[in-house]
Amino acid sequence: MTTSETATKYRPTLGWLISDTTAVAKRHILKITRVPESLFFALIQPVMFVLLFAFVFGGAINLGGGGASAYREYLIPGIFAQTVMFAVASITVGITEDANRGIMDRFRSLPMRPGAVLGGHTLASLFQNILVLIILSITGLLVGWRIRGSVADALLGYLLLVTFAYAMTWIGAWIGLHMPSPEVAGTAGLAWIFPLTFASNVFTPIATMPSWLQPIALWNPVSCLALACRKLFGNPVPFLGDSFPEQHAVPLAYGYALLFLAIFAPLAVRAFKTRNVGGLKA
Amino acid sequence: MTLAIEVSGLQKSFGEVQALRGIDFTVEQGTIVGLLGPNGSGKTTTVRILATLLKADAGIAKVAGIDVSSSPDQVRTMIGLTGQYAAVDEYLTGRENLQLFGQLFHLSKKQAAQRADELLTRFDLADAADRGIKGYSGGMRRRLDLAASLIGRPSVLFLDEPTTGLDPRSRLGMWEVIESLVAQGTTVLLTTQYLEEADQLASRSVVLDHGSVIAQGTSDELKSQVGGDRVEVVLEIPNQLAQAKAALSSIASGEININEDQHKVIIPTSGGSRSVVEAVRLLDEVQISIADIALRRPTLDDVFLSLTGRSAEDEKSEVKPKQRSRRGARA
Repeated sequence: MTTSETATKYRPTLGWLISDTTAVAKRHILKITRVPESLFFALIQPVMFVLLFAFVFGGAINLGGGGASAYREYLIPGIFAQTVMFAVASITVGITEDANRGIMDRFRSLPMRPGAVLGGHTLASLFQNILVLIILSITGLLVGWRIRGSVADALLGYLLLVTFAYAMTWIGAWIGLHMPSPEVAGTAGLAWIFPLTFASNVFTPIATMPSWLQPIALWNPVSCLALACRKLFGNPVPFLGDSFPEQHAVPLAYGYALLFLAIFAPLAVRAFKTRNVGGLKA
Repeated sequence: MTLAIEVSGLQKSFGEVQALRGIDFTVEQGTIVGLLGPNGSGKTTTVRILATLLKADAGIAKVAGIDVSSSPDQVRTMIGLTGQYAAVDEYLTGRENLQLFGQLFHLSKKQAAQRADELLTRFDLADAADRGIKGYSGGMRRRLDLAASLIGRPSVLFLDEPTTGLDPRSRLGMWEVIESLVAQGTTVLLTTQYLEEADQLASRSVVLDHGSVIAQGTSDELKSQVGGDRVEVVLEIPNQLAQAKAALSSIASGEININEDQHKVIIPTSGGSRSVVEAVRLLDEVQISIADIALRRPTLDDVFLSLTGRSAEDEKSEVKPKQRSRRGARA
């Protein structure tokens, strides 16, 4: 082996970006198959929320008529939205682990496209989230949820969920790159999602909330996403008012997703390029 | 001689802390240079700048003549990096790891597979190739990590404390591998806290302390700064120390020191092994019996102690800096 054999010359082409991204995505998908437990628990959580709200709390929530079966149809798109928000958590810990173990340094010292490491990781995370959405849809069908709108609208609904999930994985990557340890990342990735999903229309109609909270809940991206899904899947939308976010939930939800993607993908790539492991350690 | 690494006036601060205060050194192609210093002296920061992971605040760093800050991508095609942590994926097998890095180095699938096989055999990992890294020992992980950094056949290799935490046998194994790489023409910049390691591997060393180069040169050059050889005599009867000191004054080239606890007389000398013979004769004349006698050459530990007033290992202990001599330090 001699150094003159080095064949690689740096060619920053789109082809490299795609092949690098695919290679990294393959790494993470292999990882999902090696640790199926993590996928199992990612699947179990939304299913538990469905059962909990469909059969335990659901009876106490007032939709203004329709009863338990109407509530379940109302609930499932909400759980879709909640699950998509939790896509953040599917990536933060992994990103922080990589950064702290030094494997990210190795990636950064390779002649690869800077976006590819995060691109591959978010892609694998998206794959996992699509699996979760499939399982969740099946669970929904089992408890009585139905798609009552057109096929085109339903496809638009799923596309919205997938786009939103992808945007959330980039937020997760960005958070993960700023966390000092995987333990902190595990908490920080989730902590802000809970108030966001509960101060929304995911489980209860906004009309039943105190008046000061209502505008916040109306504009909350989670509410927009849940409402957009309810509209696109033809599920109940009780107390629908004429405010802007209620009337234009579908474009607004797409807008939020694309906005998050436009903000956080570049921010995450920049953080990736400049991240210094261990900070002060010299 | 072509320079594989050139560093001049390199500075880097992290907030208030000045990690590098303007350092200069060069590494000739095909040699190993040791970057020595205690924790926090700036070794890792220097390596991270050279490996394009960190941007310097000021100064120039070049690898194979290419500026790392203006053309980091070009530099990345020529370097390999092995850090303090085994930078491999825990959940993949050894082979999958190497193939992944091969693909990211833009080898074709077939080339990557071939190169992975080659490296697994060479690093004695062929039997464990298809097992997950989780089951690897510390030494195996480090070997895989080194193998991963060689995927792209780098002409310059950065080894940041490659043997920290390894058992003595694994360390010797790493040393052999590193020596064989250099024999094949690779340039290596090695950081280490183990002065023994630099002594063993490096043809030249650069000593860093608090972000400055405090000395550089070959091991011999550094050692001669501390003073030359010395004869160390351990006496059988402790209360003869003063008498022995007097008897040996004729062969001393400097002040004779006494270590009471170890019953030892330390005589600086320029006479080499002849001084040992002479010392035995002189002590025999005054009938002082010797438990042990040896000619000792200074270790890099002595160098460090003399340059910084601290031993490399006990950098936290409060020893007052002795002479911060820099005479002839920049060889």
